Amino acid sequence: MRITRYAATLAVLGLALAGCSSEAGNQAAESSGSTAAVDTEVQFDAGTTMARLNEAGAITIGTKFDQPGFGLLNPRTQEPEGFDVEIGKLVAAKLGIDADKITWTETVSANREPFIQNGQVDIVVATYTINDTRKQVVDFAGPYYEAGQDIMVAKGNPENIAGPDDLAGKTVCSVEGSTPAQNIRDNYPQAQLTTYDVYSKCADDLRNGNVQAVTTDNVILTGLVAGSPDAFELVGKPFTKEPYGIGLKKGDDQFRSFINDVLEESFQDGAWAEAWDRTAGKITGTEAPEPPKVNRY
Amino acid sequence: MSFLADNFPLLRDAFLTTLALAVTSGICALVLGTLLTAMRVSPVAPLRAAATFYVEVFRNTPLTVVFFFLAFGIVEIDLQFPSRFISAVAALSLYTAAFVSEALRSGINSVPSGQAEAARALGLDFRQTLGTIVLPQAFRTVVPPLGNVWIALAKNTSIAAGFAVTDLTATLQRLANQNADQLLVVFMAIVVAYLIITLPSAWLIGVIERRTAILR
Amino acid sequence: MTTPTVLFDLPGPQARRRQRIGTTLGLVLVLALIGLALWRLGSNGQLEPARWAILFDFRAGVPQALGNALVDTLKVAAVSMVAATVLGALLAFGRLSDHAWVRVPVTVVIEFFRAVPLLILILFCLLYLPTIGLRVGAFGALALGLTLYNMSVLAEIFRAGILSVDRGQREAASALGMRTSQVMLLVLLPQAVRRMLPVLIAQLVVLLKDSSLGFIVGYFELLRQARSLVEFFNFQFGDLYTFQLYVAAGLIYIIVNVLLSQLAKYVERRTRRNAKVAATAEVELPADVQMGGGAGGAVTA
Repeated sequence: MRITRYAATLAVLGLALAGCSSEAGNQAAESSGSTAAVDTEVQFDAGTTMARLNEAGAITIGTKFDQPGFGLLNPRTQEPEGFDVEIGKLVAAKLGIDADKITWTETVSANREPFIQNGQVDIVVATYTINDTRKQVVDFAGPYYEAGQDIMVAKGNPENIAGPDDLAGKTVCSVEGSTPAQNIRDNYPQAQLTTYDVYSKCADDLRNGNVQAVTTDNVILTGLVAGSPDAFELVGKPFTKEPYGIGLKKGDDQFRSFINDVLEESFQDGAWAEAWDRTAGKITGTEAPEPPKVNRY
Repeated sequence: MSFLADNFPLLRDAFLTTLALAVTSGICALVLGTLLTAMRVSPVAPLRAAATFYVEVFRNTPLTVVFFFLAFGIVEIDLQFPSRFISAVAALSLYTAAFVSEALRSGINSVPSGQAEAARALGLDFRQTLGTIVLPQAFRTVVPPLGNVWIALAKNTSIAAGFAVTDLTATLQRLANQNADQLLVVFMAIVVAYLIITLPSAWLIGVIERRTAILR
Repeated sequence: MTTPTVLFDLPGPQARRRQRIGTTLGLVLVLALIGLALWRLGSNGQLEPARWAILFDFRAGVPQALGNALVDTLKVAAVSMVAATVLGALLAFGRLSDHAWVRVPVTVVIEFFRAVPLLILILFCLLYLPTIGLRVGAFGALALGLTLYNMSVLAEIFRAGILSVDRGQREAASALGMRTSQVMLLVLLPQAVRRMLPVLIAQLVVLLKDSSLGFIVGYFELLRQARSLVEFFNFQFGDLYTFQLYVAAGLIYIIVNVLLSQLAKYVERRTRRNAKVAATAEVELPADVQMGGGAGGAVTA
């Protein structure tokens, strides 16, 4: 069922929202580039999540605050910046919600599912890998990006770690509740896994020599290496596929298919690639990749 | 109930980690705290000052900050703990010692000064007075407050979860994430695990308290 | 504290000399250790002024961010303190009630919240409450967790305070024909509150310390903000400012808490001088309560 449609007349709400592109919004936009144009003339079927959010003129999005290139809190604006944040803004814009009406809530790996389940956030865009275990409790739109698990080691790779099999007997750090941590537990039990709540602590431990490797999605590691090119390096051989999806409440199929529409549209009209270039692309130094194929399950 | 069966090994390991963390830190804190107390009542003014300074600093510092510095700060002076478990023990011991010392000091103050006066009149010196007269009596009165410090320590071990120790709280976070639809069961399992440590301790303190109360 | 002078003789000239030598040696040792630490810090480049300058760099936004975080820390502490004080007083009355149907459930509530780690309480508020329709954010979860825990601690302290008022006061009031509630409100409470004031301020220190647990629910108190700054700068400069930012956050906590502790001591001294509270015994914040995060067991009154 197609639910996005443009109304012929200007909704009163739309007018109000259009008037709202205030200073604060521009300020946030300043630091992370431009924001997606807000659709002011949208209308949704009554009773849908889209209609509810549109009516409220506000949305709460869970994202990471500590992931360079994807979601990193800017101390000046106290707003997160990155690719995930831009994707969130794209979705909000199509709901007729201005960027400054988005409430950003920090979701770390360990609380994303409960946050979606209990309605604390409307959607989660937080380097959130789609997998079957998670699908039992939440639903995913997307993917909007495909990452892969990789390994970060100290500069010069003193332990000669070339892949996950070399982690046997080594101490490797990851984050509790993340798929890479679970993957190590399940498939590489000989590696000694240490878990923190955030990757920055893993990076500190690698720097101090407390752990010999840090493992998670390559794009996250790239962000960490970018800050300390003299201390860290990436092994550079991704050994899993981590499709990033937008998490939402289980069973809300209309909302899921709406977000999928938004994503597909942004793949086609270049908004997606533009968001990439402005954020994560700056860190990886690569052109926007081919967008993944949205999976409408 | 399949949840409990499925995750029993995980919960058991977490429980044992929390218990080991609490017991090891408890012993270290007791030793260090007793030493601090002896310093605080000693004849040597600089020792008193040093011990008081130590207690004041730790009383006013969040435990989380102590953890942070022992985990990530001391590297800057080229020190390093061999494992995260040990750095957690160090943080908990250093922090708790200050409060052990507080409990002991108020215990020493509660021993009537006539006792010390009599001991001194009999010609006992500082070490004898403290060691054979004051401390044995003080230890008796401080059993309840010390016991409470122990319970607080057992609960404070939960902060180690943020510093790479897979204790009960860390396991709670892991399980809550995997079982977002059965949160209540997860919480209950973890809370019960903590109560297994705290409630018997509280009960034991009550018993000892009633026994020793007769003496006064 | 009269004990030290009872425990030992005033040192004579010889002992004083020995002590002086010992002190000097100790001081030299301590200074040497501090020097060693500073030297290590220096050789690791941690003492470079440029690295510390970031803390005062308004263009980088560090002072504003830390300032805001301090305000947020104080805010959550203040809200929880007020709520915990009010609820704690009510619970204390409940526990002192003559009616078992009030006393027993109140006792269970108090004992339960004192027996569970604060961190678990906070996580429970954050993760579970919303599933039953109570939407609390990071602030709400932290404030609620702190309130629940501190109200039960304060309830016990209040109870001890009320019981510490000389028994004659209660008897005299009853003899005058006052009802139980009147005795409580007009006679016991006003005296207990004066006695409790320094303890309340001391408890605020504990609460402020515990607010640092906000890091686990993503509330931007000082420590979480410091980490966020570290992560932001890490991305551009590596660990150039990591040490400095954490030291700054730690120092702010210690300074604020020492100031509050001093205030508590000042109020304590003033109250003690006041003849009107002479009828009450001294009530001290127990050592385990000062530890924060989870005092427990039985408080003896």
